[in-house]
Amino acid sequence: MGLLKNLFKPAARGPAPLPSGSFTVDRSGEIITCTIPSSFSRDGLKDISKLVLRVFKDAKEAGLVLTELAVNFGAMKLKAREMRGGAMIFLTPAAARKNK
Amino acid sequence: MTESTNELPAASEPKPKILLLDDDPDVLALYQQMMLQLPSQPEVHIATSGPIAITMLEAESFNVLVSDLQMPKMDGLQVITIVRRKHPRLRTVILSGLTDEQMRARAYSMGIDLYMEKPGNGKELNFLMDCVESLLDSEKRGGFRGIQSKSLVDLIQLECLSGTSTVLKITNGKAEGKIWVENGEVIDASADDSEGEEAFKRILSWKAGSFETLPMEAGHPRKITASYHGLLLDSAQTMDEAKADSSAIDGINLSEDLNAASNTTVSDTQFFRKAGLGRIQGVEFALKIPQERSIPLQKWGLENAGPMAAWVQDTLSQFQSLGDKCEFGSIQGFEGRGVQRVLHVSMEGANTFAVGMLGTVSREQVEQNVKKVLERWAS
Repeated sequence: MGLLKNLFKPAARGPAPLPSGSFTVDRSGEIITCTIPSSFSRDGLKDISKLVLRVFKDAKEAGLVLTELAVNFGAMKLKAREMRGGAMIFLTPAAARKNK
Repeated sequence: MTESTNELPAASEPKPKILLLDDDPDVLALYQQMMLQLPSQPEVHIATSGPIAITMLEAESFNVLVSDLQMPKMDGLQVITIVRRKHPRLRTVILSGLTDEQMRARAYSMGIDLYMEKPGNGKELNFLMDCVESLLDSEKRGGFRGIQSKSLVDLIQLECLSGTSTVLKITNGKAEGKIWVENGEVIDASADDSEGEEAFKRILSWKAGSFETLPMEAGHPRKITASYHGLLLDSAQTMDEAKADSSAIDGINLSEDLNAASNTTVSDTQFFRKAGLGRIQGVEFALKIPQERSIPLQKWGLENAGPMAAWVQDTLSQFQSLGDKCEFGSIQGFEGRGVQRVLHVSMEGANTFAVGMLGTVSREQVEQNVKKVLERWAS
């Protein structure tokens, strides 16, 4: 049994691949269209969309009317375009950007 | 006496209508012939006295009234008084043989659109035609009127924010100045024997006067490259300094103030004016937000920086949480872009820098401007 365990032990899980693609959301943060692989959780996309919409709204309240937002993370670039209360959001991993 | 003599074919839109008022029939005939050639193809009607003009205005609507000032029985100002009350939308031009500044100021205070001396040569006549055409065009575009009570700073901001191209002619007693605004940017100024930024500051130092907007001169060379926001701040600061006790300014140690923001004794605006941030093209404001909230933030070009700083900090914090959750890595900064403004936020050491720029600034220029601001800040 000990031998079999060693033969069939589950492979070590690497980091989840970073999402790449775009998605659109309505004004309530619900996803309308999406090209992001399903390996990236839908909850994660909803978190992103809700935050982006809130940032657009809060910016307006701070006296700054924004139509585009680009956020640079260490491994990801997030770009969002405001669309009638909703938004179109692009996710581009840093490696993909360097390859372009 | 009325006459409509436009021979050009009828367009689908109703033609604009001009009413010319002068007691000299020869002058009327000349102006009428000239105005019929305007690009907007107006109908040009003429009247030889104030009462006739008012009767005509009652009978039908006009877009522009061009009136002589000195006329028997009823002078131009009397006509304007009635016209402004009964026909507030009518654009009005006063032509005068007088160079009396008091009369000019009085006419503008009544709400006329343009006060001009009667043309003495072909160039001046062409200029008058350009002005009338510009008024017809602005009538077509619509908009509000009646900004006589606004200050010169308000006027410049209005012109720049609306992104227009125009020449502001400002008269202060015998002094006369011009400010050229092209696509919402101040590109040049002239006053007496000075030009560029020096002239701009001189004009802004005038306490009172009258102004008129003239059509932009095509191809006018650019002599001012700083943003209008920076220019206005610089000018305001120069005026403040002129009033202040000079000894208070002589004692400023800028480098010490930068290193000890919490103990600063000099205003932020004063510091950044010295640093020359206003001279970076397109930069409207800059904000340095220390990570430690007990340290006061430094600002330039923002009256009330609190809400902006709070929004920047909250946004960074929320995106950082998102980055951690989704494994995107640590946040390095962000950029927001709107029609009127671009905001670039970057993190340098223990500070966050937010630089606001005009919405017309290109993406490449944004990077360069941020670099320049950070360099000047650091130096």
